Amino acid sequence: MTDALKDMDEFRIGSYAPEPLIFEQSGEGKAGVYVPDSDVPPVAPTEAIPAALLRRKEDALPFPEVGEFEVVRHFTRLGSRLFGVDANFYPLGSCTMKYNPKINELAAAMPGFAGLHPYQPVEQTQGILELLYHLRVFLAEIAGLAEVTLQPAAGAHGEMTGLMLIDAYHRSRGEDRPDVLAPSTAHGTNPASCAMCGRGLVTISVRDDGLLDLDHLRANVNERTSALMLTNPNTAGLFDPQMKQIADVLHSKGAQLYMDGANMNAMLGIARPGQFGVDVMHYNTHKTFSTPHGGGGPGSGPVAVAEHLRPFLPVPQVVCLEDGTYAWSDERPKTIGKVRSFYGQIGVLVRAYTYIRGLGPDGLRDLSEKAVLAANYLAARLAKHYHLPYKGPFAHEFILVPQFSEQGVTELDVAKRLLDYGFHPPTMSWPIMHCLMIEPTESESLATLDFFAEAMIRIAGEAAETPHLLHQAPHTTPVRRVDVVNADRKPNHRWRPEGESA
Amino acid sequence: MRYTQLTDNDLKTILNTIGVRSIDDLFAVIPADQRLKGKLGLPAGLSEMELLAELDRLAAANQACDRQVCFLGAGAYDHYIPTAVDALAGQSSFVTAYTPYQAEASQGSLQAFYEFQTFICQLTGMDVANASLYEGATATAEAVIMARNINRRDKVVVSAGINPDYLRVLRTYFSCLSLELVTCPLRGGLTDMEALSGLADDRTSSVVVQSPNFFGCVEELQKAADLAHRAGGLSIGVFDPIACAILKPPGALGADIAVGEGQPLGIPMSLGGPYLGLLAARQQHLRKMPGRMIGMTSDAAGKPAYTLTLQTREQHIRREKATSNVCTNQGLVALRATVYMALMGRSGLTKVASLCLEKAHYAARQIASLDGYSLRFGAPFFREFVVRTDRDVDSVLEHCRTRSILAGVPLGQWFDDMKDCFLVAVTEKRSKEQIDALADALSRAAR
Repeated sequence: MTDALKDMDEFRIGSYAPEPLIFEQSGEGKAGVYVPDSDVPPVAPTEAIPAALLRRKEDALPFPEVGEFEVVRHFTRLGSRLFGVDANFYPLGSCTMKYNPKINELAAAMPGFAGLHPYQPVEQTQGILELLYHLRVFLAEIAGLAEVTLQPAAGAHGEMTGLMLIDAYHRSRGEDRPDVLAPSTAHGTNPASCAMCGRGLVTISVRDDGLLDLDHLRANVNERTSALMLTNPNTAGLFDPQMKQIADVLHSKGAQLYMDGANMNAMLGIARPGQFGVDVMHYNTHKTFSTPHGGGGPGSGPVAVAEHLRPFLPVPQVVCLEDGTYAWSDERPKTIGKVRSFYGQIGVLVRAYTYIRGLGPDGLRDLSEKAVLAANYLAARLAKHYHLPYKGPFAHEFILVPQFSEQGVTELDVAKRLLDYGFHPPTMSWPIMHCLMIEPTESESLATLDFFAEAMIRIAGEAAETPHLLHQAPHTTPVRRVDVVNADRKPNHRWRPEGESA
Repeated sequence: MRYTQLTDNDLKTILNTIGVRSIDDLFAVIPADQRLKGKLGLPAGLSEMELLAELDRLAAANQACDRQVCFLGAGAYDHYIPTAVDALAGQSSFVTAYTPYQAEASQGSLQAFYEFQTFICQLTGMDVANASLYEGATATAEAVIMARNINRRDKVVVSAGINPDYLRVLRTYFSCLSLELVTCPLRGGLTDMEALSGLADDRTSSVVVQSPNFFGCVEELQKAADLAHRAGGLSIGVFDPIACAILKPPGALGADIAVGEGQPLGIPMSLGGPYLGLLAARQQHLRKMPGRMIGMTSDAAGKPAYTLTLQTREQHIRREKATSNVCTNQGLVALRATVYMALMGRSGLTKVASLCLEKAHYAARQIASLDGYSLRFGAPFFREFVVRTDRDVDSVLEHCRTRSILAGVPLGQWFDDMKDCFLVAVTEKRSKEQIDALADALSRAAR
């Protein structure tokens, strides 16, 4: 940093200066919203509610008071201190950071959708029910499975729902199957979802070529096995050609195949999980169907099931009646119940519908093809400069391992250096140690893919020649490398006014 | 094609670089009998112009609440949303960012979520809050599981005053876990503390009480907390964020964990989602909390910076030993709530809450004075109350709809002993004129 810049930094101006917390901008009497006065006869809270249940003066709501324009400037400045897909290439493996079409946002915000109360009578909500009904039919078609529930709130919630469906199925057959299998390279949510359902976890090995060890699976499937949770294409970015055999092994012992659909972006219109023998799968609409990620949510995790699991799906289900009208149906005697309040992440589902309806079957297939092409292109361009532990062809993502241990350069250093080039780093250190997992998606131009490849190649050169550049990276972001260890050691999860103790 | 930028010429370059002849070569690894023959059976794609027309058609086939007068509540409320909320939360960087795993590229969202956590602590009177969960019902389930993980007891007592949808979700969640769920009955619209005293025993992990409860009545949360604590268990308070502006928050009434639905904080009703799960707790339970938590720290140059913290609680590190399986949360919705709370501030939110209380009480008085209508409970209430009628509930509500009034939510769908009742919610958006029109419509409904 030059002296002139340092000076500005101390002055707390300029784009890199810290933004004060909203609480530090409070001034008594300022207001961001003018709330109208009452037009009904006054009722003092003390007349309506026992004093012991009311806040008193000394424990009045301690919110700050800030003017509207200050709030606008504050959150606009925060918005500028953030990488988003619109401004930055975001090759974050397993997360499918694709372009989020603007019409998605417009659709979800339409008053005819956003302004609906969940308990309005269905005569008043026929349009949204029609949309949801068609969406669930579309998603079943894309999966090649029998029926879909739109209720789960996110991918992990879909996993939990799917495991509950499988459990209900086994119990309906008088079987208690306490164990769930998952490969060592599974998304962390898979084992965590097992725990949420009270299932035990059995880890299945992955071979050196990145595929599931079928022999190890065979040795571990038995009458205790509820299901195997498997991602396909898998978390190494490889289509597993053994899917059908895997399904057969499971089914021969009465177990089920659960497919984590996080990587569906690789096979829309190309292959369908139902054809692999999958019994249950979830979608991540915020990945595959661009609904978008929103800085961590909201997502949506619709679950598709094969015929024999339909009786157990959550209620209510959106249905089309014989007279062509739409309704919510609770008629499913063996249902697992509800997994969330109301019906689902409706605003997110509107976006998914908009995306699928806009693209149609040709557009969906085209995007999966291009997502796979882009990944293989980057892998080909980087193969000479980085170690690729698995052999292609890859699906929509691939793994590389920076090997600069002589210079003390880790995958974290490479990732942080990418920020200086304006790229969001790939997923780090997962599913194998020291790796970077790169998923370019179908959205990027060849120029952007090339620019990224060039940046990665330059960084490989820097790692060999000027490793300090990487160790100290990033240099150009609003803050320098963040001290995460200290954040855990001295937890500070909220602002408090000066003088107030925790 | 739509949303991609690779030209035919680019594709040639790409195929050459990869060293394959055609795109199909890349999919050859999938056995031929498992590849889709032909096309997906979906309607053909639409241009943006056609798509917009289709969306307009579907939206127009609904009757949104802004064209009617909405007195519906029961877990989703028609509060005013300031225009700046949409404008600020709609910024493309916030909309299209990922989870802030790379702190240096995510200071904007991290700081906003740190502010969100602080707002939720201030609202609830608790020490720490997480950066959001899915919605109120699943947040309540997470709180019960968190309590179980803290004290390793296997029974939860839930007040029958809880939102019945939440109760249903709790039953689903616990069907696979060895957690026994017992409901505590109500008396006069409030949790029967005598019954609770008997139910809360040395096996009880937590006691869950919602206040204001599903019927709108303000509970004596402190008494429930005392009973939970006497039994050696934890108290979970399910709160309403608007009510917390004037009511004593759960943190001041003995709650160990506070959970709630954040939808009233500037989130559109959207037929029930996406909403906002809120969860806050006492400091000593920090490491048992589910979900993401943002902390303040510093960067290599000593400047203040924000980051995800305590990730060893979370599924991507801890896997089956994580405090929860939650990964994706409600980031953008939490941002909306943060902007809403910042705009409202102390005086704004307090005034909104006071208006709800005044208008709800005015409406209750007007309705109770009508022939054939009465208030089902005499307990104190905040924004919502149960009306009992000797007329047919469905016909009454339908009559009101002919006057473009959504008068309430019929309660017979959940409670057999309330087939003659409906739940009325009155927010700050309802005018005296609209409330008078509701009373008039009710009085004219057929007997």
